[in-house]
Amino acid sequence: MMSDRITFTIDGVEVQADPGQTILQAADAAGVYIPRLCAHKELNPFGACRICTVMVNGRPQAACTTPAANGMIIENETEELTDNRRSIVEMLFVEGNHYCMYCEKSGNCELQAMAYRLSIMVPRHPYQFPDKDIDGSHPDIMIDRNRCILCARCVRASRDLDDKNVFQFVGRGKEKKVWINSEAKLSDTDMDVTDKATDICPVGAIIKKRTGYEIPIGQRAYDHKPIGSDIEEAKATAESN
Amino acid sequence: MSDSLAALVASTCEEFGNDRTRMMDIVRAIQKEEGCVSSETLDLIAGQLGTYRVEVESVVSFYAFLSSRPKGEVVVRICDDIIDEMKGAENVAAAFAEELGVEMGGTTEDGKVTLERTPCIGMCDQAPAAIVNDVPITNLDESKARAIAKILQEGGAPAHLVTTFGHGNNANDLVRSMVTNNIRKRGPVVFSDFSSGSAIDKALAMTPAEVIRDVKTSRLRGRGGAGFPTGMKWDFTRHSTGDKRYVICNADEGEPGTFKDRTILTECPDLMFEGMTIAGYAVGSDAGIVYLRGEYAYLLPFLEDVLSKRREKGLLGTNIGGKEGFAFDIRIQMGAGAYICGEETALISSCEGQRGDPKNRPPFPAQKGYLASPTTVNNVETFCCVARILDQGPGWFAQMGSKGSAGTKLLSVSGDCTSPGVYEVPFGITLGDFLKLAGGENAAAVQVGGPSGQMVGPDDFGKTICYDDLATGGSVMVFGPHRNILEIAAKFMDFFVEESCGYCTPCRAGNVLLQGHLKRILDGRGEMEDLDYMQKTGETVKLTSRCGLGQTSPNPVLSTLKNFRPAYEVLIKEKKEEGFKAAFDIQEALGDSKGLIGRESTIYND
Amino acid sequence: MSTDKPKVATASLAGCFGCHMSILDIDDRILQLIDLVDFDKSPVDDIKEFTGRCAVGLIEGGCCNEENVRVLQDFRKHCDVLISLGECAICGGIPAMRNNVPLKECFDEAYRNGPSVHNPSGEYPSDPEIPLLLNKVYPCHEVVKMDYHLQGCPPPADTIWAALTALLTDKPVELPYELIKYD
Ligand SMILES: Cc1cc2nc3c(=O)[nH]c(=O)nc-3n(C[C@H](O)[C@H](O)[C@H](O)COP(=O)(O)O)c2cc1C
Ligand code: SF4
Ligand code: SF4
Ligand code: SF4
Ligand code: FES
Ligand code: FES
Repeated sequence: MMSDRITFTIDGVEVQADPGQTILQAADAAGVYIPRLCAHKELNPFGACRICTVMVNGRPQAACTTPAANGMIIENETEELTDNRRSIVEMLFVEGNHYCMYCEKSGNCELQAMAYRLSIMVPRHPYQFPDKDIDGSHPDIMIDRNRCILCARCVRASRDLDDKNVFQFVGRGKEKKVWINSEAKLSDTDMDVTDKATDICPVGAIIKKRTGYEIPIGQRAYDHKPIGSDIEEAKATAESN
Repeated sequence: MSDSLAALVASTCEEFGNDRTRMMDIVRAIQKEEGCVSSETLDLIAGQLGTYRVEVESVVSFYAFLSSRPKGEVVVRICDDIIDEMKGAENVAAAFAEELGVEMGGTTEDGKVTLERTPCIGMCDQAPAAIVNDVPITNLDESKARAIAKILQEGGAPAHLVTTFGHGNNANDLVRSMVTNNIRKRGPVVFSDFSSGSAIDKALAMTPAEVIRDVKTSRLRGRGGAGFPTGMKWDFTRHSTGDKRYVICNADEGEPGTFKDRTILTECPDLMFEGMTIAGYAVGSDAGIVYLRGEYAYLLPFLEDVLSKRREKGLLGTNIGGKEGFAFDIRIQMGAGAYICGEETALISSCEGQRGDPKNRPPFPAQKGYLASPTTVNNVETFCCVARILDQGPGWFAQMGSKGSAGTKLLSVSGDCTSPGVYEVPFGITLGDFLKLAGGENAAAVQVGGPSGQMVGPDDFGKTICYDDLATGGSVMVFGPHRNILEIAAKFMDFFVEESCGYCTPCRAGNVLLQGHLKRILDGRGEMEDLDYMQKTGETVKLTSRCGLGQTSPNPVLSTLKNFRPAYEVLIKEKKEEGFKAAFDIQEALGDSKGLIGRESTIYND
Repeated sequence: MSTDKPKVATASLAGCFGCHMSILDIDDRILQLIDLVDFDKSPVDDIKEFTGRCAVGLIEGGCCNEENVRVLQDFRKHCDVLISLGECAICGGIPAMRNNVPLKECFDEAYRNGPSVHNPSGEYPSDPEIPLLLNKVYPCHEVVKMDYHLQGCPPPADTIWAALTALLTDKPVELPYELIKYD
C-alpha cells in the first residue's frame, strides 16, 4: 500500500494522495483548504471558476482538475494567487446582479462566503448590471439567472446524479447561460424538488420556493466561520489527537 | 409542413447513422434545407438521436453560423476585422445596409437577405471581403456592394456573383472562386512540386517507429502556433493505450490575419493529405479527420474530390501503397463559425458533435482525444512539412531555418504593405527583412501572431521570426504610421469577447472588463490607475484562464502597454478635480433624462 | 462647539436612511463619539452646507440623480477620508435594480402606466426643483474616489464603530471576519 501513495507539498507542507486523486481532493484529505466554487465532492471536476488555481512547479493549474503527482511543488496561499482569486470572485459579482440583502441564499452562499474569506470590501471591476432572466414557473423551484455563476453543478448533478439532464448551457462567451430541457419553462421539464440538482447550486440561482430566510441570521453556514473551516478544522483536530 | 420536417430530420439523422457525435453534420445539413434549426427541429433531432432537446440547443446556440431563428435565404457576412476596416469595410457594410434596407444583423422584409458581420474570414490579402452563403466575395467596395445587393434582392444565386476566377485551383470547376492565392514567395517545403504517393512510399518502406524517428530528427515543430515537437506528439499518441487512434488536421485557421492554410488547401491538398496518411501509419491510426472552418466551405467539394482521387489511386483506403494491413481514410468535418474550435481540445469537442468547449487537460489528446481515443492534432502546414520530410529526408529539412526552429514557415501578410499575400520564408528571418520583402518597411507597428500574439514597434524589427523570438502561426499584420494602435487593440479585444467560449470566469468576464477599460481610455476618460488595472487584470486572465484563448486574449492590451505606452498616456487628460472619477461623465449620465424630460440640468449646466 | 475636534460629515444619497439608523444604533457609544468628533454637514444635526474641512465623510446610498452627484462631489472636496457606508453606496443596492430597465420604461411606469398613477396629461414632471435622474444608479466609487467601504445592508453598528474609532485614532481599519457581511 505504502508504495502506491503519492507525495507532494503544498506551501511546504507534505501531502499524500492516492493515485487518481486530484490535487484538490488530496489537499482536502490532508486538511489543506484550496478555495473553490465549481468543485463539489459528489460531482466530477469541471474546472470553470478557476478560483482553485494553484502554482504547480511554477505553472498555473486548476487544483480541481489536475491529478496529484509525485514530487509536485504546489503554491496555494501566496499573495499573488490570493489576489487573483479575489479578482475572479469580483468578476463573478460584477458579471451578475447580486443583491445579497434580499437573497434567500445569503449567509449560506458559497460565492458570498468566498468573498468574506478573501476580505473583499468592494470589487475592483465596474458593475456590469446585465439583463438576466428569472424562471418562476416551477411550483417548487425557482431559477434566478442574475445570481448564476455558470459553475455547471446543476448540469452535472442532473445528468450524473439524477439521470435527467434538466440543465445545460446555451450560447457562448458573455451570452452563455444556464438553460433547461424545454422550450422556456422549468415547469415543462421533469425537474423535481427532491432532485440532487435542486440543492447543489452554490449561490442563490436555483432555490427551493417557500424555504427562504428559514435559518435566522447568526445560525447560517458562514455567519461565524469562513468557508473551508470544516476542512481546516478536520486537520487541526487530527493533529491535536 | 411538420411531417416533411420530421421526414427531413429522420433521413438526415439516418444518413449520419443516428450518431449523436455527428451532431455538427446533422444540424448543418438541416439548416441548409430549412434555413435554421427551429425549436420544433430541436425536439425532432433529440427524439431521433435519443438525446435531450437542450443538448441539441446547446450545440446550435454555440456556433455563429448556426441559428435557431429563421434567416434570409442568403446570408451576407461581412468581415469585421481590423484589416477589412482599414480597407473600407465600414463603407461596404453601409452600402449593403442601405441598398438592402436593413440594419446590420437584420433580414430584408421579403426574407431574402440577412446582413451580418463576422470575424476574419481568411481573406485579409484581398479585403474588404465577405462570404455570401458559402461564396467568398473579395476586394469589395461600395459600388460592388450595391450591385451585389441588387442581384441578391432580385433572387440571384450567390454563385452567380462570381464572374472572374482566381488563379490556380480557384478556377477549378469544383471551386469556381474569385479568391486569389497571392503566393508571393515559394519555398522548398510547402510551395514546391510534389508527386503524390512519393512520400508515402518512402514512409511505408520504414517501420512506424522509424518514421517517428525521422520526424524527430527533422526537428519539426507544430505550425499551428504552439510549436510542440511533432515527432514527440506522435510518439505519445502511438504509445497511449486505446483500441483506436485518430489523426486530426486542424484547418480551422481562425486567428485573424492568417490565411496561409487557405492557399495550402487550394493548391497543395495532396501534400497535406499525404502527411496525414503518413501520420496515420506512424501513430497506428486508420481514421483521419480534417476540421475545416465553416468560412472555407467553398473548398469542400474540391477537397472531397481530391480525397476520392486519392482513394482511386490507392493512397487512401485499405492496403495503402500496397502495404498489407495499412488502412487509412479521411473525412472532412465542417466547423460553423467559432474561433475557439481551432484550439485542439475544443476542435475535438466539436468533432464529437458538442459545443466547442475546450476540455480539461490532462488528459492530453495524445492520451485521450477524439471519442476518448489517443489522437494527434496537427496543423495543415505541419502535415505538409511531414510529407516533404519523408520525401526529402530529415537532414535536408533540419538544416533549414534557425537553431530552435527548423524548416520554413508560411507567413500571411496583410495591412499597410504593398504586397499582401503568402510567403514561404526560412525561420530566422528578421521582421525588418521580411517587411522589406512584403513592401511594409514603413510600418509603425506590426502585429505578429494575430491578436493572440504581440504588437511590436520598429525597435523590435531586428527580432527574428521563430519559436523563441517572434512566434507566429502565420499572421503578420502591418500597420502604417497613420493608424491608431489602441483602436486596433480594442478591435482585437472585441474579437476575444466575441469568441470566448464562456466556460471559465477569467476569460468570459475578464475580457469584457479589459475591453471596457480600453474603450474608456480611447474615449479620453481614462486615468493612470486604469493602466495598472488593465495590467493586473490582464495578468489574472492570462494566468488563470482554462485554455489558450484566455491565456493569450489579454495580449493586445498587455503588449501595447509594454511596447506602446505613450499611446495610452497621451489619451489620459489632466484631472479637473482630484478625487473625481474620469470615467464618470455627468452629461452622459444625464443624457437619457434630458431627452425624456426635455430640459437641461440646473446643476450641471456649463 | 469646540473647533479642535476632528469633524465628521454624513449624507444619505439614494438610500433608505437605514445606514444612518445604524450609525445611531451604536447606542450609548454615541456619547463617546460626540467626545471624539464634531458633526459637520449631516442629517444628524441638520447642518446643510459644509462649514469647513472634515476628517471623515460617511456616504449612504449610491447616485441615482444629479443632486446625489453634486453632494458626493462636494463631500469629496471637503473630506479627507470618504467612506461608502452600506450596499447602496457600494453597489447601488435596491435602487440599482432599475439598472437593467431603460429609463424611459421607468418613467412610463412611474408617471403613466403604474397602477396608482393619475396623470391625464401623460407628461413627465419637468419642474427644475426635481433633480434629473441619471441613466442608471452609480455606486459611489464610480463617481468619486472612495477610501473605505463598509459592507452590509445596513452595516452593523459595530462595524461602523470599529471603522470610525480606528480612523479617528490613526489606526488601520481592520475588520474581523464577523463584521464583513453583505446583508
Ligand atoms: C484559441 C486557439 C485557436 C487556435 N487555432 C488554431 C488554428 O486555427 N489552427 C491550428 O493549426 N492551430 C490552432 N491552435 C493551436 C492548436 O490548439 C494546436 O496547438 C495545433 O493545432 C497543434 O498543431 P501543430 O502542433 O501542428 O501546430 C489554436 C489554439 C488556440 C488556443
Ligand atoms: S447568490 Fe450569494 S452573492 Fe449572490 S446575491 Fe445571493 S447571497 Fe449574494
Ligand atoms: S444555476 Fe447554480 S448550479 Fe447551475 S450553473 Fe448557475 S450557479 Fe451553478
Ligand atoms: S479561456 Fe476562454 S475560451 Fe478557453 S475555456 Fe476559458 S472561456 Fe473558454
Ligand atoms: S474549483 Fe477548480 S475551477 Fe472551479
Ligand atoms: S478577412 Fe478580414 S481580417 Fe482577415
